Amino acid sequence: MKMLWILAMKELRDGLRNRWIAAAIIVLGTLALVLSLLGSAPTGSVKASAMDISVISLASLSVYLIPLIALMLSFDALVGEFERGTMMLLLTYPVTRWQVIMGKFLGHVLILFIAISAGYGGAMLIMTVATDASMDGWQAYVSMMASSLVLGAIFIALGYLVSVLVKERATAAGAAIGLWLVFVVLYDLLLFGALLIDEGQLISQQLFSMLMLISPTDTYRILNLSMFDGVSQAAGIAGVASEAGMSSTLLISVMLLWIITPLIATLLVFQRREL
Amino acid sequence: MTTAKTTTAAANNNVISLDSVSKCYGTETVVSDVNFNIQSGECVVLVGHNGAGKTTLMKLMLGLTRPTSGTVEVLGGNPAFSTAVAQHRTLGYLPESVAFYEAMTGREVLAFYARLKGVSNIACDNLLETVGLAHAANRRIGTYSKGMRQRLGLAQAMLGNPQLLFLDEPTTGLDPSLRRQFYELIDALHKEGATSVISSHALNEVEARANRFIIMKAGIMIACGTLDELYKQAALPVRLKVSVTPGEAASVAERLGSEVNIGEVNNQTLNLSCFNGDKMPLIRRISDLGEVVNDLQIMPPKLDEVYNHFMNGDKMEGSRS
Repeated sequence: MKMLWILAMKELRDGLRNRWIAAAIIVLGTLALVLSLLGSAPTGSVKASAMDISVISLASLSVYLIPLIALMLSFDALVGEFERGTMMLLLTYPVTRWQVIMGKFLGHVLILFIAISAGYGGAMLIMTVATDASMDGWQAYVSMMASSLVLGAIFIALGYLVSVLVKERATAAGAAIGLWLVFVVLYDLLLFGALLIDEGQLISQQLFSMLMLISPTDTYRILNLSMFDGVSQAAGIAGVASEAGMSSTLLISVMLLWIITPLIATLLVFQRREL
Repeated sequence: MTTAKTTTAAANNNVISLDSVSKCYGTETVVSDVNFNIQSGECVVLVGHNGAGKTTLMKLMLGLTRPTSGTVEVLGGNPAFSTAVAQHRTLGYLPESVAFYEAMTGREVLAFYARLKGVSNIACDNLLETVGLAHAANRRIGTYSKGMRQRLGLAQAMLGNPQLLFLDEPTTGLDPSLRRQFYELIDALHKEGATSVISSHALNEVEARANRFIIMKAGIMIACGTLDELYKQAALPVRLKVSVTPGEAASVAERLGSEVNIGEVNNQTLNLSCFNGDKMPLIRRISDLGEVVNDLQIMPPKLDEVYNHFMNGDKMEGSRS
């Protein structure tokens, strides 16, 4: 455990040193602030709280932004050290390979945790203080922050898998972008395209739910829009998730599985890797 | 469990043993059927051209790579198993071209490695002082020169007084005074019973320090032994220079007879050569010559010559590297 902490702290310090954390806080904070301020306009007519509206708009944007930030953090994590030769030296120290992976993971998740809590959390505080908006529905906002962290952790783990599989950093960068495109853009496009063409003949409701569940980004979206009544009513999808048999427990389990599977795969590849 | 292991290791005293180890990358064989044992407290030098397999041997002993066939045993266990990791606390390694995290300062990097080994920060500062990096400790490694990186590399290898050192061409890029200092450090560790494996091109530097030499060529271990053993194995001629009374050289040559291998002869010196086994009879014959001989110099072959012998010798298999 001590080793994990030493390795995680190194990653955290790297993140602070190269202004990574600062940049991520600014991006996430500005985004959250702008969206909440803009989003507070329509609250009157639908009678939704400012928080709920913020959760809807932030969740839709986080789906794009958080995976991107997470992949940028992680694609280089292993291949970069292989390429520079620092991994070779590190492994002659009293650390096991799984400690190296888990230490990095812990460090990167911490970086993301700081960025999300400072960025989104800070924006929430500014919003409530500045606009005098009610704190109603803060639970939904906090759970959106937590699920964003889980989403980030998924893409950190996926980034490691890319990083351990490729030979060069440039390839890793390309593959990370590809991964982002597939999970964030293409998968949904293809799914909805298929749904349109199919016109409900082959793709049953259950199959469609299954296909949605497979994608970690869709899972994240459904989780945030359906977990709290206020939010789901404002989003206009009240009851949809529960009708489709997607409880929050199931959604959270799917997301956790998306963290654990790539991490284990990364570890197995890394264990076999020769330096 | 651990005590049982240490006793078996102590019984045969082998810290490292390689048993018919081969390593292939794809179709290329980098190390081929290598056998050797290294005992506790020894200083063993790996010599050979670039690409002879020295670095691969080190990586095998460090468990960074696994042999294609054969077994590697270090400190009583397979170094590639994760159970060997605990022993890394007493291990120091300096890679051939050492790389660090460029954005960190020298002190930060050393402190990071020290924490992993459980070494105090005071020891870090002392080491930085020893390798002459104290003044640059707070600078980013990105700004370091080649020599400074090498010094930092040495410092990290010395963390926590390692009992087993792997040094891959440790003195490249070091100035003469630092080289001397470096060897003093190694000597100090050896006095405390450390074992070291050093790969080097600088034969004259390591000649006096090494207990044994392992000569590698194109992945094959072509010789292994102490300096004396290598001399015997190489069977290089010993050269003798005999000074005689001026003008007597030719007659002395005649008296020595035809079975003696006589090289250059001038007015008062004769250059002779003979194999090590024939040396004493020859010396007796020379001393039997009496007053006419003024001086006798015996010149054993140099390590360079031994090395060249093995490199260019009849054991040549393929002309790679």
